[in-house]
Amino acid sequence: MSDMPADPAGRAGYAAGHPPRVGFFTDTSVCIGCKACEVACKTWNEVPEDGLRLTGMSYDNSVGLGASTWRHVAFIERSVASGGTIPPEPPLLTGGLPVPPSSPEGGGPDVTGDIRWLMSSDVCKHCTEAGCLDVCPTGALFRTEFGTVVVQQDVCNGCGYCIPACPFGVIGRREGDGRAWKCTLCYDRIGSGLEPACAKACPTESIQFGPLDELRERAQSRVAELQRAGNGKAQLYLDGEGNGVGGAGAFFLLLDEPEVYGLPPDPVVPTRDLPTMWRHVALAAAGLAATAVALSLGRRR
Amino acid sequence: MVPEATFSSYYGRPVLKEPVWRAPDVPGYLFLGGLAGASSVLASGAHLSGRRELARVAKSGALGAISLSAVALIHDLGRPERFANMLRVFKTTSPMSVGSWLLAGYGPVAGAAALCDLTGKLPRAGLAATLGAGLLGPGIATYTAALICDTAVPAWHEGRREMPYVFAGSAASAAGGLGLLATRPPGARPARDLAVLGAAVELVAKRQLVSRLGGLAEPYEAGRTGAILRLAEVLAAGGMAGAVLGGRSRLVSALSGASLLAASAATRWGIFEAGMASARDPKYTVVPQRERLTRRARGAADGPGPPRGGPIG
Ligand code: SF4
Ligand code: SF4
Repeated sequence: MSDMPADPAGRAGYAAGHPPRVGFFTDTSVCIGCKACEVACKTWNEVPEDGLRLTGMSYDNSVGLGASTWRHVAFIERSVASGGTIPPEPPLLTGGLPVPPSSPEGGGPDVTGDIRWLMSSDVCKHCTEAGCLDVCPTGALFRTEFGTVVVQQDVCNGCGYCIPACPFGVIGRREGDGRAWKCTLCYDRIGSGLEPACAKACPTESIQFGPLDELRERAQSRVAELQRAGNGKAQLYLDGEGNGVGGAGAFFLLLDEPEVYGLPPDPVVPTRDLPTMWRHVALAAAGLAATAVALSLGRRR
Repeated sequence: MVPEATFSSYYGRPVLKEPVWRAPDVPGYLFLGGLAGASSVLASGAHLSGRRELARVAKSGALGAISLSAVALIHDLGRPERFANMLRVFKTTSPMSVGSWLLAGYGPVAGAAALCDLTGKLPRAGLAATLGAGLLGPGIATYTAALICDTAVPAWHEGRREMPYVFAGSAASAAGGLGLLATRPPGARPARDLAVLGAAVELVAKRQLVSRLGGLAEPYEAGRTGAILRLAEVLAAGGMAGAVLGGRSRLVSALSGASLLAASAATRWGIFEAGMASARDPKYTVVPQRERLTRRARGAADGPGPPRGGPIG
């Protein structure tokens, strides 16, 4: 099942000896919502504060990914009383994965009274076919030797094209700065053999960093385990190559449908359709030229 | 009544990021680029067939429009002082890159064409510049369709098949409209024909675009955006009627031309706003994608599914 990950770095022209493609596997079933990843990311990358507000969205006050939020922890409240739609608790004592402390009543740590949470730390997907990178007119966005996607801040002119080209709404333009910013997968850290700050800080190993092929194998066995344990909605999101972005450097194990977490259920990189668009543009342009010239060259009165 | 499709979202937050492009900069850019590009084609024909008045109007219009559009483009950058970075690389995967190079080639020749005409100097160079601008003009007028459709914005991306024709028609009608507005009727004949034909193409392609979208048509039809696009249709219809029926009257011609110019601008504005609205609401992202997944799953089970584009709740 776990096919070899695509090699976007090789396709971008890095020689055969380039490092293996790395990425994140975010296993949301063990996330405890501590936001250590958010804090570690902000601290290491010196990402400025982007608004201090109470949103009323459960414990989520950072709202979503953007120019100044490169890790975002989503909190979805599920009322246990309402029944029916609540997925069963994920089994915690499995697969050699770390075990978060259980409460004395035997519920998981994400159960309080009649509410349970789905929590998930979102991040840039470092797509194999990255819309942001494809459309960037300045070359500020580039593919690294690790297969990740990074903005060169000294080149970006703030045209904003990358922003609607991302099917996940990840990248944003920073107010007052005028340039586009997003997760770099800690390009500076991984270049020196360190793991990204968020993965380092995550106390439950919900965020796992490593070569993508290894992560995919681990994810397959983890999701199979959860499903065996009765968690029918447990699913891998963006694993493998068979999705609309040709595979992602960051993929997820979710306990409900992607849209519940604010993720698009079937994202497609817009540039897949660009050849067709160019064809129609060429036809329309030719039609315009022929018509205008024919009409104005026509007989004079 | 069609039952409202239900869908899940994260607290109703958008899945996509709304473009940071602002109005009037970006819709203005789309309109002015169309006006300039199509005017240059008209100018070539008018020049070659000896319609000096119309050629001068079209060349000056092209220069004015492209200059304003460049200002709008640079003004919309987060770092305007770095606009030259647009020419740092050339990428066919980026319509903005292709467009920047087109503009870099087109701007100077359109300028030279207009200046040679206005000053009467260097007629041979003027002819070459006129033809050069006429050659690049159609690209300038239509590449912007790929620019907005090559995004994840649902109302734009799903309209990708028709958008180039909408833009080409809209550009032709604007350029023809300017010709009608600023040229005395006998010499404005090609402008009139181009304007009427362009407006017709714009109307038909726009209708086609919206009707193929199914539930995604809503952002084009609802609220203020719907009103802008309906106004565009009224202005276009009025302009066409005036141009055809009142062709002999200078006043009616001029009013028709103005009406067609306004229609073209309103079309671009409406399309811009429809895209923005479709990015803001998660249902336009989630529902069509869910339907696609369902169709794919069903298609895998028992052949092709139902036609695309059901209602979006
Ligand atoms: S998730 Fe968005 S920002 Fe990240 S690489 Fe993919 S397209 Fe680019
Ligand atoms: S905003 Fe910057 S990174 Fe984004 S497409 Fe424009 S130049 Fe590239």
